Amino acid sequence: MDVVILARLQFAITTVYHFFFVPLTLGLSVLIAILETMYVRTGDETYKKMVKFWGKLFLINFAMGVVTGIVQEFQFGMNWSEYSRFMGDIFGAPLAIEALLAFYLESVFIGIWIFGWDKISKGLHATVMWLVAIGSNISALWILVANSFMQQPVGYVLRNGRAEMDNFFALLGNGHVWVQWPHVFFSAVATAGFFVAGISAWHLLRKSDQIEVFQRSFRISILYATIGIVLAMLVGHTQAQYMMKVQPMKMAAAEALWETEDPAAMSLFTIGDEKAREDVFAIKVPGLLSFLAYNTFTGEVRGINDLQAEYEQTYGPGDYVPPVAISYWTFRMMIGAGTLMLLLAAYGLWKARDGVPMAPWYLKAMLWAIALPYIANSTGWIFTEIGRQPWIVFGLQKTVDAVSLSVSAGEVLFSLIAFTLVYGILMVADVVLLKKYAAAGIPDDATEPAAVADAI
Amino acid sequence: MDLNTLWFALIGVLFVGFFFLEGFDYGVGILHPFLGKNDTERRMIVNTIGPVWDGNEVWMITAGGAMFAAFPHWYATLFSGFYLALVLMLLALIVRGVAFEFRSKMDDLGWRALWDWVIFFGSFIPALLWGVALANLIRGVPIDENMTYVGGFFNLLNPYALIGGLASLAIFTLHGATFLTLKLGGGLEDRARGLANKLWYPAAFFLLAFVIGTYFLTDVHERLGLNPGVVPAVAVMALVGCRWTLTKKRDGWSFVLTAVSIVFATVTVFIALFPRVMVSSLNADWSLTIYNAASSPYTLKVMSIVAGLLVPVVLIYQGWTYWIFRQRITPNSDLHY
Repeated sequence: MDVVILARLQFAITTVYHFFFVPLTLGLSVLIAILETMYVRTGDETYKKMVKFWGKLFLINFAMGVVTGIVQEFQFGMNWSEYSRFMGDIFGAPLAIEALLAFYLESVFIGIWIFGWDKISKGLHATVMWLVAIGSNISALWILVANSFMQQPVGYVLRNGRAEMDNFFALLGNGHVWVQWPHVFFSAVATAGFFVAGISAWHLLRKSDQIEVFQRSFRISILYATIGIVLAMLVGHTQAQYMMKVQPMKMAAAEALWETEDPAAMSLFTIGDEKAREDVFAIKVPGLLSFLAYNTFTGEVRGINDLQAEYEQTYGPGDYVPPVAISYWTFRMMIGAGTLMLLLAAYGLWKARDGVPMAPWYLKAMLWAIALPYIANSTGWIFTEIGRQPWIVFGLQKTVDAVSLSVSAGEVLFSLIAFTLVYGILMVADVVLLKKYAAAGIPDDATEPAAVADAI
Repeated sequence: MDLNTLWFALIGVLFVGFFFLEGFDYGVGILHPFLGKNDTERRMIVNTIGPVWDGNEVWMITAGGAMFAAFPHWYATLFSGFYLALVLMLLALIVRGVAFEFRSKMDDLGWRALWDWVIFFGSFIPALLWGVALANLIRGVPIDENMTYVGGFFNLLNPYALIGGLASLAIFTLHGATFLTLKLGGGLEDRARGLANKLWYPAAFFLLAFVIGTYFLTDVHERLGLNPGVVPAVAVMALVGCRWTLTKKRDGWSFVLTAVSIVFATVTVFIALFPRVMVSSLNADWSLTIYNAASSPYTLKVMSIVAGLLVPVVLIYQGWTYWIFRQRITPNSDLHY
């Protein structure tokens, strides 16, 4: 197989896998910091039990996020060395800052948090969790500063055969960052909310011991989930409107909009012919796409064919259309999962207000709903990266020109299989442990791993 | 000193910090299945680095990020050139990291034994490969006029590089043992010292072999002369002195001396490289240097300001963790891992 395809596949697998763990880390770190602050403020032991219980699941997930992140720091050099040469002057900086500003913070303080329960004061211990939460979320900010440059390059000048940074603050002030980062952050809040609510729901169904811990966890997490999903969707809407301006091709692909329309209809379901660039079957709502783009029912939304012609004028002959079917369906899966999350969270919040016990069907649904944020996160990430193709940095460098020259297809195939295999095995171990600790009840005192007989 | 030299020095400092800190982490991981005779002892050993290993590993991540930001061609050529070796190292680090967290989370001896061996190999492989990588950096590898590595995986496995790998493996293992003499209690510290006494011999042997190899198999003696200066001498003398402190049971000094040896050996590698960052074995003019591999002056300036602001803060709070967790680990300690 072609080395570019293999390298892309490896990047996709390792990054999506990494991003399986990251949102929960981002959202749950903040939630646990809030719970621990409540414990310090009120002295209520139930909060401490909540911190310990959810903290254990947090740590299992955190470890997976950390180790799969190591690959990300080196992967640009390994598989995308021509990209690194061309963009390193700009792209390296946010990565290095991420390490200095965020990785040290979260890694050092997570160690103190895990091992420091009896070594530092309660207030300091809660502060340490806040530092972990801040470190993780700053890390997300800087990696999205880097990613935003790939989506919408700013603050650079083409010089010495490469892109060189000429304005650091333009990089940080990139409008793309300030729609993308809040979207990721609020999605992460929703992810953590659904994770905690789903597991609490399971315990409420089973009427586990320490039911008070799970009742309170459920109430707090359903509020947290609702805030997260509502803001993620609102920011997402702003982000889509922003995208219409800076990456119209990505949005046209997301809507499978072949021809420019005014007013533009929104497709609910399309089976298209990607080669011929036409619909085979489609259900459309007139004017809705214009409304989503401009908040009014009229307005021109440019289609794939016009944009392709325009890009050929600007960048020379070539195919500038991203994979439409993948863009279209991942975009819909993200929004579909998000909409279901909104309905479930809003219903739960409405019912929790009365203080009556939740209906069993709803608790069961919430357990299964843990999958929804994961679907939305993964498809959202795939969409934003696929929708940028054929570019690795929009308008500056194509993905095919970015791949390492010294790495053969055979070598990438080997590493692709090795990473996939190891990641697959780790996923099994991770799920086994998460299930064990999620299902375990809450002992009355602090829980540490049980000693087993010293038999060996 | 221009910014290019400053960044070369800073990346040197990051590797020095990384090998000093992660060096004993690797050593602890390598010794862990052998030194610990039962589950409690093994848990004690892992818990000596429990609060710190993750922060220590960030030194490597930061070194990678700093290379990307300051010398993108170095980052691009090194990691694409040493591709399979790096894949192997990353896989080792991935499984090792989760092993610490996962190991004690099941009350099952089979499960725990499995992760014990993951910790062993996950520490052994990078401890070996870092020496191989650094030796190849000094020795030179086939790089063409476009800064592209044109060798294969087996170009990296030459005798000199393998000696370098064995030297780093042996010294990190010894460093881990001297660290454990300071961090363990309940009698385990004596066993750690006993092991350190034995581990001193391979460490001294391979360091000496590496020094001799560097004289005869690289261009270092042409560039630095027969008298290499005080830095490599300190690296060797510190390890020699460690023989004496180990016998005298001066554990604090033994650890200081293995640390000094690692620090000065790493500095030696960077002195030998300077002002090159990767040596081309095909043509000296095709080597990557701190000038032809560097970022623009503007980027270097921005990054210098950022590093100047952040590095001192990082050092302070990372130092604080070692203060919080300064006590020895005994069977009665609160063991998280």
